Amino acid sequence: MEQSWIFGLIGGLIIGLAGAVYLLGNGRIMGASGIIGGLVDGSAGNQARERMVFLAGLVIAPLILSRLFFPGASTNVTSNLVVIAAAGLLVGMGTRIANGCTSGHGVCGISRFSLRGIVATVFYILAGGLSVALFRHVLGVI
Amino acid sequence: MRLILAGLAGSLFGTGLLISGMTDTRKVIGWLDVFGNWDPTLAFVMGGAILPMMIAWRLTKGRAPVVGGTFPAPSDPVLNRRLIVGSSLFGVGWGLAGLCPGPAIASLSYGGIGGLVFLVAMLTGMWAAPSVASRLDSAPTAA
Repeated sequence: MEQSWIFGLIGGLIIGLAGAVYLLGNGRIMGASGIIGGLVDGSAGNQARERMVFLAGLVIAPLILSRLFFPGASTNVTSNLVVIAAAGLLVGMGTRIANGCTSGHGVCGISRFSLRGIVATVFYILAGGLSVALFRHVLGVI
Repeated sequence: MRLILAGLAGSLFGTGLLISGMTDTRKVIGWLDVFGNWDPTLAFVMGGAILPMMIAWRLTKGRAPVVGGTFPAPSDPVLNRRLIVGSSLFGVGWGLAGLCPGPAIASLSYGGIGGLVFLVAMLTGMWAAPSVASRLDSAPTAA
């Protein structure tokens, strides 16, 4: 997988382009946790339809492209459903409490030099690194 | 127009996440795993994504969104408990499973049962977050 950084860079540019379309087109910040979370807690209001169309595209494009070009696509996520459930709870709760995730605070925040975005990113990367160190190397559960 | 652009943005986002390998949890955990076999891919993805967004933010100056309205104002630079605690909780979960909200949705068609369990748990966490956050605000400051 020596070329994976090239795919990373190309994919990253496309992610940035997506954020640019959503910002310049609709005047919105492309934050996945905010888009989803607002639909869950009802704060999306009259943006609900636009957000559901966004999420539909987010599911359907990889569905089609993975069938055509990446037939072996997999998340390779752990088979331990307890770990997955705990992780999902933490990700859902944490991103909504912090009002942003990797896309909102990370991509959209850092690119406008937002102090909150930068600080959030530092904390979730540090916590993520500690989490992997603890659960993989100390406890051996992942 | 608003819906077409939202669908386009969502599709591009999903395409980028798939191509970049960010829906593969091994790459994400590999990037966080500084004590193991470190995988630099995520840094290229972040860098690649930030570049067009920097240009986009520059283009917002003196303009309005295509569909009308105004661009989102910069958030107040407040570093509060919600931001720090929330981001830390998110990071722990991110490291545990290697999924964050965007890739969790983008990978639903090939994420299997694990992907569905993650989604349900994530939605539950999002649903519970407002009440946890308000408790966080009223909790006494640690001495």
